[in-house]
Amino acid sequence: MLAGLGDPTYNGSHVMIHVPRYLVAPALAFLGACAVSRGAPTADSLSALRPQYPSTYARRAHPPVLIRNATILTAAGPELKSASILLADGKVAAVGEDAAAPPGATVVDGTGKFVTPGLIDTHSHLGVYSAPGTRSMSDGNERTEPVTAQVWAEHSFWPQDPQIPLAVAGGITVIQALPGSANLIGGRSATLRLIPARTVQEMKYPGAPYGLKMACGENPKSVHAEEGPATRMANVAGYRAAFAEAEKYRKEWDEYLEEPDGERPERDLNLETLAEVLRGRILVHNHCYRADEMAHMMDLGREFGFRIRSFHHAVEAYKVADMLARDSVASSVWSDWWGFKMESLDGIPQNAALLQQAGARAIIHSDSPNAIQRLNQEAAKAMYAGRHAGLQVTREQAIRWITANAAWALGIDSTTGTLEPGKAADVVVWSGDPFSVYSKAELVYNAGRLVFDRNDPKRQYRTDFNLGTSDPGVGR
Amino acid sequence: MRRAALVPLLAVAIATAARAQTIAITGGTVHPVSGPRIEGGTVLLRDGNIAAVGADVAIPDGATRVDATGRWVTPGLIHLRTTLGLRLLDSGGQEETQEDVAEGEVKAAFNVAEGLDPASMTIPVARMEGITSAVAAPSDGLMPGQAALIDLAGARVDEMLVKSPVAMLADLSEGGKESGGGSRAGAVLRLRRVLRDALEYAQRKEDFRRARIQPLAAAAEDLEALQPVLRGELPLFVIANRRNDIESALRIAREFKLRIALYGGVEAWQAAPALAAANVPVILEPLTDVPSFDGLGARLDNATLLREAGVSVVAAQSDAAHFRDLRQAAGNEVRNGMPWEEALQSVTLAAAEAALVGDRYGSLDTGKVANVVVWSGDPLELSSRVEHLFIRGRAVPLVSRQTELLERYRRLPPTY
Repeated sequence: MLAGLGDPTYNGSHVMIHVPRYLVAPALAFLGACAVSRGAPTADSLSALRPQYPSTYARRAHPPVLIRNATILTAAGPELKSASILLADGKVAAVGEDAAAPPGATVVDGTGKFVTPGLIDTHSHLGVYSAPGTRSMSDGNERTEPVTAQVWAEHSFWPQDPQIPLAVAGGITVIQALPGSANLIGGRSATLRLIPARTVQEMKYPGAPYGLKMACGENPKSVHAEEGPATRMANVAGYRAAFAEAEKYRKEWDEYLEEPDGERPERDLNLETLAEVLRGRILVHNHCYRADEMAHMMDLGREFGFRIRSFHHAVEAYKVADMLARDSVASSVWSDWWGFKMESLDGIPQNAALLQQAGARAIIHSDSPNAIQRLNQEAAKAMYAGRHAGLQVTREQAIRWITANAAWALGIDSTTGTLEPGKAADVVVWSGDPFSVYSKAELVYNAGRLVFDRNDPKRQYRTDFNLGTSDPGVGR
Repeated sequence: MRRAALVPLLAVAIATAARAQTIAITGGTVHPVSGPRIEGGTVLLRDGNIAAVGADVAIPDGATRVDATGRWVTPGLIHLRTTLGLRLLDSGGQEETQEDVAEGEVKAAFNVAEGLDPASMTIPVARMEGITSAVAAPSDGLMPGQAALIDLAGARVDEMLVKSPVAMLADLSEGGKESGGGSRAGAVLRLRRVLRDALEYAQRKEDFRRARIQPLAAAAEDLEALQPVLRGELPLFVIANRRNDIESALRIAREFKLRIALYGGVEAWQAAPALAAANVPVILEPLTDVPSFDGLGARLDNATLLREAGVSVVAAQSDAAHFRDLRQAAGNEVRNGMPWEEALQSVTLAAAEAALVGDRYGSLDTGKVANVVVWSGDPLELSSRVEHLFIRGRAVPLVSRQTELLERYRRLPPTY
């Protein structure tokens, strides 16, 4: 509930609609600055106002890194040829000019190579559906009831999932780990840096708002067919009932926190999450395939006063690209998946390109422990499918599908997703054009820390699970 | 409904083909696969076959010319592990669209061919990625049944069939364990019993008919269907991923003198010398390396390591939502160390040879079936696309349900 406010550097302006006074109080309490008026509820008195499983991410110090003479796709402007980028103190210090290497800097010869921002996957189940895929590690769907906004993906997340280093080797620096799609409302997501860690808290992206996973269509209605919802209309009734309750809950709590002399409302973890959606502080990520259902979900948002941040999968987004553009709703889509179920039947490879053409925000996501290793190839397929159909998509645009646009959907675009001075040094050095099937990520920097070097086995971390198995790791 | 939607497309395909019995593809960079590339080569297609390939091919009067200048010309891609025509919607609860499963654990007599839907909307989508032939395979059980090799054009099943059966399937992976009572060794035991009984059945058919024989491990029709496998004429495609499962498959092949290939082969790189010595092709998945207890040793360069050891490698992408990604799979073999020529081979000639149709398919050679693709560039590269596609010497229009959807929604709102 309080993600971000515990972090003094958090700039939540892109997320927050307004910040009620009471929401600032716990942050102040957390920082030890007792500015709360006498009689008001405080962290001492109220669990709801204490830090909630906060990030303990600590950036690791690294020497400055200068990558020279590379082709740089900044995701923020035109492609730069024979350019340099300087990484220092976890951030992009300079990009474009041929900067001199500061003392102690590591210099990387980028001749013939490409540099992009670290790739961001808005839709991953790494850690919640870990490998090896046994039933005991199936932690992504709390399918015991259709609305479970009280569960948080991070509490399932296994930092030793051996799929994590495979994704890192594909250039991924940040993921959104989501609950599955069995439920109408599946729970909170976590935005994580993909780094070796003992705990998920160490991976949590500081300041990232939470996401809420919602799901349309076939999955919830088939999983819950016996007790309901069993139809699409009951799906929508289910969302409405949940948010109607949340509306009431939010009002009770807002009134109590404004006037704490009254009776304290009971804490309800399910409604607490939904109330945060209504306050604009949790971003809705909505698994939704069909165009007509996306229209319903945008109407749902209008009814309760929130906005869907991104549809996910959205195989029919191209049919309503104009509406998605109008409502500033992003679409996290696959390049070309289709046909595995009825609601995916109309998937076409030009989906992302048609979204781009309509001025909507396109994102290529993986939803797969294999595809996440080649998100660049997935974006390439979508880009070329567009071009072959006469839709103009540049590399500069397509790189945003897996970087800047994804960062926006996760509410972290002020700090990562592009290679601009001041942004996090989340950087990939590719052996060649990242839109070529033959290119590989050679170096991956996560906030300046070298987390993968294809040519140095010592820089290819293995999870605990990898040890003592025949798993060869990611070196070859 | 979906048949009705596709009939016009197929009608166009057939009508086009009728006008183009002799086709000369000229000026392209020809990759015959069986030999070195030919710059500015001509591929001549006549009456469904390849009539000539080379730099100096005389073009007969009246031949339809296809200018492939600046283009790449290859054999059509062959996908050895699909459910094309058998499954439309892959996930559960949609059995209306699924025809690849029969009842029981040992279903050697079950051949998928009569369940194939030539009008399946999956087929044009696969074609548009240069796939011209595919194995449609059954699934489920210790012996899922017989697979069929089809060409991806035709209005009737018998028009599409290339070879049926093309292979018998057996599952010694995690998926087959249940048939063995819950253990790998149990599955192997049961497979041996079936094969032994099939041998006995062949020798004692009369006793079997008079019921003067102990009950056998499978029905007579299944034991009968296994005879070509036991004669080494019909390959047994064994689903096996773990090294010990692969070694079980090799042992059984030796014991019963079977011709086998591996489906999956996640840890095949660990058994590469034995696979090379036994001349066993591996039909593997270059886009998959997530470790599971069915193969903790998964690695992306499996194909490269196997080729370096002299094993014949065939690339596949058996996830139904991604059949179209076959050339991406081959491209990733190159990304992970395989020479480009071998990667192309792994989706053409090596596939044809594993299916025992290498004499008719898989390369651009005179006399072979004219399944030919003209690409805008390197077929393994994501930037390339199919520009012309010929199946049995006929041009197939590059349209699908997806291209119709694209055109309908290219401008919004659509004009229904």
